[in-house]
Amino acid sequence: MEAILAVTVGIFFAVSIYLMLSKHIIRILLGVAIFGNAVNLTIFTTGRVVREVPPIIPEGVTVPPGITANPLPQALILTAIVISFSFFAFLLVLAFRTYQELGTDDTDGMRVAEPKGEELPPLGY
Amino acid sequence: MAVPGSETLDLSRAMVLAAPSLADWLVVAPVVIPIIVGAVLLMFRHETKIQAGVAIVGLAAMLISNVLLLSRILDAGPVVMTMGRWLPPFGISFTADVLGASLALTATLVALICALYSISDIGTLGRRYGFYPFLMLMMAGVSGSFLTGDIFNLYVWFEVFLISSFGLLILGSEHRQLDGATKYAILNLIGTTLFLTATALLYGVFGTLNMADIAVKAGNVREGAPLITLAVFFLLAFGMKAAAFPVNFWLPASYHTPRIVTAALFGAILTKIGVYALLRVVVMLFPLERAILSGVIAWVAAATMILGVLGALAQTDIRRALGFLVISSVGNILVGLALGSGEGLAGSIFYTFHSMIVTAALYLLAGTMKGLGGSYSLRSLSGLYAAHPMIAAFALLLMLASAGLPPASGLWPKILLVQASLDAGQGWLAFAVLLSGFLTTVALGRVFILTIWRQHEGEALVEKTSPMFGYVTLGVLAVAVIFMGLYPQPVIDIAENAARGLLDGSLYIDAVFPGGQRP
Amino acid sequence: MRTLIFRTTAPYLASLMVLFSIFVLLRGHNEPGGGFIGGLIAASAFAIYGIACGVPSVRRALYFHPMAISGFGLLLSASSGILSLFQQVPFLTGIWTTVDVLGVPVDLSTVMAFDIGVYLVVVGSITSIALTLEEREDV
Repeated sequence: MEAILAVTVGIFFAVSIYLMLSKHIIRILLGVAIFGNAVNLTIFTTGRVVREVPPIIPEGVTVPPGITANPLPQALILTAIVISFSFFAFLLVLAFRTYQELGTDDTDGMRVAEPKGEELPPLGY
Repeated sequence: MAVPGSETLDLSRAMVLAAPSLADWLVVAPVVIPIIVGAVLLMFRHETKIQAGVAIVGLAAMLISNVLLLSRILDAGPVVMTMGRWLPPFGISFTADVLGASLALTATLVALICALYSISDIGTLGRRYGFYPFLMLMMAGVSGSFLTGDIFNLYVWFEVFLISSFGLLILGSEHRQLDGATKYAILNLIGTTLFLTATALLYGVFGTLNMADIAVKAGNVREGAPLITLAVFFLLAFGMKAAAFPVNFWLPASYHTPRIVTAALFGAILTKIGVYALLRVVVMLFPLERAILSGVIAWVAAATMILGVLGALAQTDIRRALGFLVISSVGNILVGLALGSGEGLAGSIFYTFHSMIVTAALYLLAGTMKGLGGSYSLRSLSGLYAAHPMIAAFALLLMLASAGLPPASGLWPKILLVQASLDAGQGWLAFAVLLSGFLTTVALGRVFILTIWRQHEGEALVEKTSPMFGYVTLGVLAVAVIFMGLYPQPVIDIAENAARGLLDGSLYIDAVFPGGQRP
Repeated sequence: MRTLIFRTTAPYLASLMVLFSIFVLLRGHNEPGGGFIGGLIAASAFAIYGIACGVPSVRRALYFHPMAISGFGLLLSASSGILSLFQQVPFLTGIWTTVDVLGVPVDLSTVMAFDIGVYLVVVGSITSIALTLEEREDV
């Protein structure tokens, strides 16, 4: 099982890096989203994959009856999903507005902050 | 099998039973105060008149709690509070040692000064967009990063200050801000996701995320565990955050686009968190791996400081030049990380204090100069000495500080770094530090000559805004710079104390696991 | 998108979703559910309402600005952690109490207050983002 997951993680990373190498913001964003999922899957795999019951304590008992799955990776993944989700939502709005304002989503064309052919500083006075 | 609920449980094996003393609350106060103040400001975003006042009161309260926290740590060692009573490593431990608390203190001081300056810089529109709530939430993330003792929690605080910094960066939504913010946001998000990847692998190796617990276990698993890979991963992720050389390009693309006070906050505080995380994780958790990587780190440090300052030499816009100087200062700090000796680390830590204050002061100086001379461009800004001699005095002091010349604060950390490099037999690294100091003198000297000494041609200078807030805030920072320059011993003591804490984690570990109950 | 069928059903759909989100929020205490997922359901309810009836009517219906709602949620969550200061236990420790409402014992806890805070933060921020995107489409 770990081997399959590890290969999947590898594919996810490869796809995301390929997308992030693109010049277009929207592809980069898709790459970032897949990157986040690749990492979540990594956390899941490194937390050891076991066929056990969910770590929920039944009513009227104070400790779980027997061995349960490791809840920590799931908590970490949940946190990471929440964070990457809100970042993705924010970045989508940002990219959309940038596209509307600057009229391009090509990173080569985005030179407003660092204009080409800026004058050099004076060498003396 | 199932244990009946009526049976008495031995809670001491799972929970912290001793009541925390009031002083322990100091370790969460610098995080809770800004969250509450930020939440209140978010609720009353349209009351633009009270926003600045409330934010400044909140930051002052943070500053007081930071001072109390640091003095307690200096007296009685690291302070720990574990969330929700669960025993560490299961509960998240906030662990403040000298390094974290002193950096949190400096960051809060800088933020308070910037908040004072922002009264004149951030208009009603900026307040309605939420400058002050974002500032407070960013400071919550910053304090959390400095004070947490859990590596996943560190990631969460990174994201907290990152998302608030996005809000600050696009305040006003000008074209160039959107351009800069897009690059900043995407590259920083990739950086923190790399950090998360490293954390995932770390969890796979150690089965714990508590830094003290990892420090205990690092010795046992060294055989056969890919610790060097982990260390490289963390180096890359935090290096990206700190804007170290091969991964620094997001910084000059974005730091000149926001309001000047935002740029001051970012330049002073955010990159230093990356540096702090490097010190904490690479030096404290992976000491042997750091020693193996020290050659790489040394090259990165030298390249960062030299190329950073060369970038500053080529700029026409003062803010862009300052962005490159921020990179150069990070290179100086990395020298101590490369050396790994107590002296080198103390130099790095002192340099971090110095750089936080001086970077903020330089940006505020640029803002004040813009207010007086009407431009950030070296081509048009001129004649300030004739019109405003006061600004020339501040500029001279800050130039000396940034270049590492007496009587300002940059001298002592550079001496410590050069001496540590020579002691370690790395003469070339000492040379690189001195060369970067020389080039900084040239870069800032040129700014000084062109903007302050050059005679103004054309129409007479008209004051756009009153320089009052600029003078007051620069005055406070200048006092700190001169104090650290003329009487450095207390700061050196704190830096050496912090470096000792990093090299020998036993105090930190004992504070998290009192009475030898290490798992 | 503004067909007659959608416009007619959207208010009912949105109100049902908000109700369901509160159910998920409270269920999250001991079973799958909770503040984050509940908040997302409520935010998508407002988004649907916005698509059908226009952003201004959502803003009117919410009365408070979405960011103010998330500010209140943040305040609620942080304060529920602070309460443990008065109980001599570390930050964010769950504190429980039972209140008698008309003869029915109701369990209250800081954990629940924290979760409601999370719910409000998510509702506020996601609704804010969704409305921003929808407003842009109208132009």
